[in-house]
Amino acid sequence: MKRAVERHLNILEFTLASLLRRKVKNLSLLTMYLLVIFMLASLVFFVTALKREAAMILNDAPDMVVQRLVAGRQDLVPAEYAAEITRIRGVTAVRPRLWGYYYDALNGANYTVMASDDPNTTSDKAAIGAGVAKVRNLAVGDLLPLISYDKAPLMLEIGTIFPSASDLIAADMIVISPRDFHQLFNFPSGQATDLAVSVRNAKELPTVAAKIAVQFPDSRPILKSEILRTYQSVFDWRGGMALLILASSLLSFIIFAWDKATGLSAEERKEIGILKSIGWETSDVLLLKFWEGIVISLTAFLLGVVLAYGHVFFLSAPLFAQVLKGWSVIYPNFKLVPVVNAYQLAVLFFLTVVPYTTATIIPCWRAATIDPDAAMRY
Amino acid sequence: MIELSGITKSFNSGKANQFTAVDNVTLVINPKQITVFKGPSGSGKTSLLTMIGCMARPTSGRIFLRGVAAAVPFQQDGVEVVEITSLPERFLNDIRRSTFGFIFQQFNLVKGITVLENVMLPAYPTGEGRADFRARALKLLEQFDIVRLAGQRVELLSGGELQRVAIARALINNPSIIIADEPTAHLDSKLSQEFMTIVGCLKGEGKSVLIASHDPIVFDSLLVDSQVEMRDGAVVNSRSCR
Repeated sequence: MKRAVERHLNILEFTLASLLRRKVKNLSLLTMYLLVIFMLASLVFFVTALKREAAMILNDAPDMVVQRLVAGRQDLVPAEYAAEITRIRGVTAVRPRLWGYYYDALNGANYTVMASDDPNTTSDKAAIGAGVAKVRNLAVGDLLPLISYDKAPLMLEIGTIFPSASDLIAADMIVISPRDFHQLFNFPSGQATDLAVSVRNAKELPTVAAKIAVQFPDSRPILKSEILRTYQSVFDWRGGMALLILASSLLSFIIFAWDKATGLSAEERKEIGILKSIGWETSDVLLLKFWEGIVISLTAFLLGVVLAYGHVFFLSAPLFAQVLKGWSVIYPNFKLVPVVNAYQLAVLFFLTVVPYTTATIIPCWRAATIDPDAAMRY
Repeated sequence: MIELSGITKSFNSGKANQFTAVDNVTLVINPKQITVFKGPSGSGKTSLLTMIGCMARPTSGRIFLRGVAAAVPFQQDGVEVVEITSLPERFLNDIRRSTFGFIFQQFNLVKGITVLENVMLPAYPTGEGRADFRARALKLLEQFDIVRLAGQRVELLSGGELQRVAIARALINNPSIIIADEPTAHLDSKLSQEFMTIVGCLKGEGKSVLIASHDPIVFDSLLVDSQVEMRDGAVVNSRSCR
């Protein structure tokens, strides 16, 4: 046992010395490899963290949102729907919500405007997200001028700027009083954008949704689980798009790595011959090449994953943010909570380290099976 | 003692271009002596040595090692003869590693690594502790007066220094038989004489030395015990120089 361990250690040591001899070749290979692992791992970390973030945000979301459809499009919900839905068994609360979008021609940005539920919210005051504050260069106490539906200015004093921690949902948000909301959009009273419905028992949600759909045929109940699924799909789709963009570089790397790993130079062949002639067995030569492959691919994998971790969770993934976050003008500035999915990392490992190591060994197999006396004839 | 019985080595057997490199050689090589195989290029010297050194198998014939401590796992105590031609590949490797040390015509050192690493190279896969064979390698470098070059890469060495490194490498696993193939082909007369002096020392240490050479400095050396003259794959003359 001790001899077997010593044999591995000795050959590993020679492997390291051997790799250092071909510094340029191996360093260029390592750099390419590292870059690909870094990009892929960043993508995996980022998408996983975003999906988790979205799931956490949806924890506070209502169990069900009820919209109304007219001619296949979302329309305003009459307030009396809320009173009717409240009477369905199992429903604990129904909250009409007022919200909409405001296009800021000055910056080309879209804001999400919401009416506050808080009865103490005073008119002419607004709470805004950090993204809005940044693009409009606003601080607490400043005035935010918005243009109403009739082009009349609506001057709102900034009372609060949401902290950066809530940026993922609040970056583009403006929260104002219901009165200001009605005035800004000429929103008809007695109507809501949608209804937030709370149900006592989560298992009853599909039943309650079915009852609402029967009672109000023009309504569309959307469950929290459905919203979550949509978020997951969106981020998966965005991840897929980014992967597609990376595909060409991935392909280039595969061709490059294959060429470098499989192509044995005349000098390498001669070296294998020398090793065999001085008593190395075919298995010793293969072990040497196995360690060579492992050293390069594992170093690239570990370094790539560590760098990707820093890139995503400490620097907020500047390379992917614009592709994956999805805002056009206002990008949320937030730190993702580190999440590492062991399964995805294992898949990444088996898709990168294993093929490369195998690709290194196979051509050597042929070279290593030469007769040891070939070295006598060089 | 190494005993060769009817050794033949043919290439491309059964084809139109069949070529017999060694033809029915029967020979006894005495232990702890210097035996020189001489003859022109293509006379079969190298082919014969590769078969003795377990690097290649003969097409026919048998090779016996008598009284040589060969690393054969199933060898029973007290059995002094090992017939190496019929052994499986991995046993041949073990014998080659432990019993023979090789010095090649082109030295065959691995470029890019140090002198010390080159010398230690045959010991890496043996499973021996690194500290042990490293100490042995340094001792060999000291013995050949090149310990100062231990950390230097081999491509920076002179011909004579390369020769000594190659000899040190051949001795790292403490073999009882040294096989040298045209060792002086790339050396000037002075270095060739120096080589023969080292070989004399090895003989003094009780090692058997087999040299293939057509250099008069080698085969006319007073240190040589036996000469085997070959031509066209056959032994034409075999004599003791004592």
